Amino acid sequence: MAQSRDEILQQVRQVLVDALGADDDEVTTEATLMGDLGAESIDFLDIVFRLEKAFDVKIPREELFPAENLMSDPEFVKDGKLTEKGLSEIKEKMPHTDLASFASDPDINKLGNLFTVGAIVNYLEAKLTTAGS
Amino acid sequence: MRWIWIDKFVEFESGKRAVAVKNVTLAEEHLHDHFPGFAVMPESLCIEAMAQTAGILVGEARKFEEKVILAKIKKAVFFDYVKPGDTLKLEAGIDSITAEAASTSGKITCDEKLIARIDLMFSHLDRNLGGKEFPEDNFVFTDIFKSLMRGVCFAEKN
Repeated sequence: MAQSRDEILQQVRQVLVDALGADDDEVTTEATLMGDLGAESIDFLDIVFRLEKAFDVKIPREELFPAENLMSDPEFVKDGKLTEKGLSEIKEKMPHTDLASFASDPDINKLGNLFTVGAIVNYLEAKLTTAGS
Repeated sequence: MRWIWIDKFVEFESGKRAVAVKNVTLAEEHLHDHFPGFAVMPESLCIEAMAQTAGILVGEARKFEEKVILAKIKKAVFFDYVKPGDTLKLEAGIDSITAEAASTSGKITCDEKLIARIDLMFSHLDRNLGGKEFPEDNFVFTDIFKSLMRGVCFAEKN
């Protein structure tokens, strides 16, 4: 049974409110997990567990939040910015994020801004469609 | 000083749930200051007791090969005080477990009275520190923690 984007958004918002102790009105589609909602790396694990439970799907952590492995690889990161290779790696691994503005200044300190509420919804929409087919 | 906040396991289902008990005694010195004339077990130590119960359950589920550490307190709600003379029953269950982490939920009761509900997240140290080195031997599960499990009958894992 397909879930509408809005239904997915509501459930994702509830998961983030529970996992991060955030206020309901803080969890907007554009809100970044780390910047706006104060998530830390352990919270990412908690969020993945809760999303798996809420949507009854398996979510490998590297699929939803792949950047963590990327950041420590010298082929992908140089002088605090992503290399060409790093950028194409991100484009391949994170199609659910909005890379347009990030690509113009691939500062790794700004990588966290890619993880928005909307990105999670995009990921789940794609995941649930393939799971159902 | 030994930092053990549970006395023994009374039930143990490998990979699923465990029940431990802890006897609270006025011989625990901190109770004389917490508080003078009104001794109550600090909630932080109740959480630590639950963390040890759940942590050993999680560790045993992966044969004590991982260094399991408490990473996040998801929920800790208290309903009543814990006083000297109380025997606490700590029940913990594994909600999810992967190679890198585990999530548990649990409750503390005393004589059937609900004292607390505590949900925790554990991290497996070596798998989460991006290359930082730790001593090979498992410094989390020392012999004294493993000894808590002696005498418990638990279901064999498949």
